[in-house]
Amino acid sequence: MAELNMTLSVLTKLDALAGGLFLLTAFGLVAMRQVLASLNLFVLQSILLAASAFILGYQHDSIHLYAVAGITLAIKAVLIRWLLRRTISQEIYARREISQVLNIPTSLLLSVALMILAYFIASPLLSLGQEPFIKVNLPIGLAALLLGAYTVMVRREAVPQVIGILAMENGAFFAGVAIAPDLPLIAELAAAFDVLIIALVMGLLTRRIHERVGTTAVGRMTSLKEE
Amino acid sequence: MELIYLLIIPALASGLSLIPAGKKWAPAVTILGTLATLILAWGAALRTVRGEEVVALVNWISCDSFGALMALLVAFVGFTAAIFSWGYMEKIVAPNNPGKIRRYYARYNLFLLSMLAVPIFSQVALVWIAVELTTLLSVFLVSFDNTPEALEAAWKYVVLTCMGAAFALLGVLMLYWGMSVSGPAPFTWAGLTGASTRVPPALLQAAFLLILIGFGTKAGLVPLHTWLPDAHSQAPSPVCALLSGVETTTVLYAILRLLPILKAAPSINAEKWFLAFGLLSVGAAAFLLIQVKDYKRLFALSTVEHMGIILVAAGLGGSAAHYGATFQMVSHALTKSFCFFAAGSTLLAVGNRDISAVRGLIRTSPVAGVALLLGGLAIAGAPPFAVFLSEFSILRAGLANGQYLIIGLLTLFIVVAFCGVLSPINRMVFGNPVESSGKQKLDSANILALVLSAIPVILLGLYLPGPFAELLRLAAASLGR
Repeated sequence: MAELNMTLSVLTKLDALAGGLFLLTAFGLVAMRQVLASLNLFVLQSILLAASAFILGYQHDSIHLYAVAGITLAIKAVLIRWLLRRTISQEIYARREISQVLNIPTSLLLSVALMILAYFIASPLLSLGQEPFIKVNLPIGLAALLLGAYTVMVRREAVPQVIGILAMENGAFFAGVAIAPDLPLIAELAAAFDVLIIALVMGLLTRRIHERVGTTAVGRMTSLKEE
Repeated sequence: MELIYLLIIPALASGLSLIPAGKKWAPAVTILGTLATLILAWGAALRTVRGEEVVALVNWISCDSFGALMALLVAFVGFTAAIFSWGYMEKIVAPNNPGKIRRYYARYNLFLLSMLAVPIFSQVALVWIAVELTTLLSVFLVSFDNTPEALEAAWKYVVLTCMGAAFALLGVLMLYWGMSVSGPAPFTWAGLTGASTRVPPALLQAAFLLILIGFGTKAGLVPLHTWLPDAHSQAPSPVCALLSGVETTTVLYAILRLLPILKAAPSINAEKWFLAFGLLSVGAAAFLLIQVKDYKRLFALSTVEHMGIILVAAGLGGSAAHYGATFQMVSHALTKSFCFFAAGSTLLAVGNRDISAVRGLIRTSPVAGVALLLGGLAIAGAPPFAVFLSEFSILRAGLANGQYLIIGLLTLFIVVAFCGVLSPINRMVFGNPVESSGKQKLDSANILALVLSAIPVILLGLYLPGPFAELLRLAAASLGR
């Protein structure tokens, strides 16, 4: 029994470590100035999501969660990375700096506020489960979701906006592996497939916008609005 | 089994459309496929009227009366829009580009597939995926014209709705958590309703708000509607009919499905949230309608208004108001698709989207003029059309409940929107004709689509066939008391 508790506490600590790093990458995505670095951070975030799924899989002895970890690595860390790297055009490689709607210190300050908001929203739910993992994963997942939404809103370039959306999904899944560990595998598979389609569709659309409009600064496209 | 065929036929039609076999092949396959889905959906709806639940795969693919009603709507609009596409697409696509038309029909069928999947799936996680797919499979239909405006609209559409979907995903996962806390039960709408009393209310509330925000973005609820007028006006007209007529309605269906689940926890005040979001949407849309300069945008904003009306009706509570909500969903889907066919015909006849560029349409192109006038009157809620009856039943239900303030506001907004829709339409249809360039004649497929979609708009305003009224009543009953 004591041994079991030991493993549990070690696993909890490992999961908390993955969670902390996960949150850090979400902050990094807000602050990062280079498109390529954003993409690499997203890959790191996905690997951390897979790590958390793996730890929880070990704890629950669940083949589902191992599969989730594997799918996440294959799709997000490999396929999507490859897809988005192909989308980023030479022009952006050359320019590198991404312009943001707000400057970075303000952004980070707002991000901290969002994180506190996430804990505030999640706190009434934390008493519902006895599992220590939910206490780590739910608030961090929610915070990553909100930070991802914030990233999408302040970015002007197309690819960082895509990365923001994918980071939001990562946040939802980070909470999901803890709160819904036994979600049917078919749903998990379909959701992973769905994320791949998001990256594919938005990547193709970005290239089309680049061909047709000559820029991928989608934040500056404002021909449609209410008069 | 018919539910499986409902999913297989559009997938098959999508694949077949890509075969390069002459100009008429892809549209013909699409029309036949949609006709088959319409017949199947009709059969499924009739079975639910008899009180059966149509089951293809227990706890995964099945639908009750509400789901069957939605599938029927999607199939009907899919069918008429396919006929309209026949006459429309070859006029707006250069004749030396047959591949583009084939890709259009392939995507059209896939989009239809995803929309049919939303009501047919009963497993909630799959419903989320189907809703997300309706966005992803329609993005390239929105950007079809490949103009900078269309691409911008498509980008806004995909970014905002995918952001919403991520929130809804967390909400769905929380519902699943609630299910697993409360004991073993299938993760379906019915299973959730049964287990809802055992789910902690705090969890239900968080899940509800996340899903309301997430799917609300896609249904175009104010203040999350900003992408909707762009996407719904830039897409080719038959696609607009699908987007505005049934896509928003199917997403709203997924939100309304939460209503019976939330009955278990009165502290959440789900009805109040519906009323607040609904009234805000109706009001904002009514006042935005007044200053629109593009007639497709006019109809797109009217969709925001109607989504608000349906949400208000669902929030009023009571079986009469719920009946009004389902009736309004039907009348909106049928009428709005007709309106976009009329707008598409006008665009063909005049070659310009600006309201100010169209004058005296009834003389330059009588068919488009009459259709636009009928569509405007019908969508604004003039008698004797379907929307009038459904709005009337909502107002009457609210008055019977004694919710005078809400009904007063709703009536005010509907009247403002009525004027906002009809005054530009009046100017476009009547008045002195102006010479315009780029005119094209409407062909028989356009007229056939207009006539086919006008029939239920007029018929349901005068007379509700018995089985159909029963279907509406059963669907309303599945929203809870």
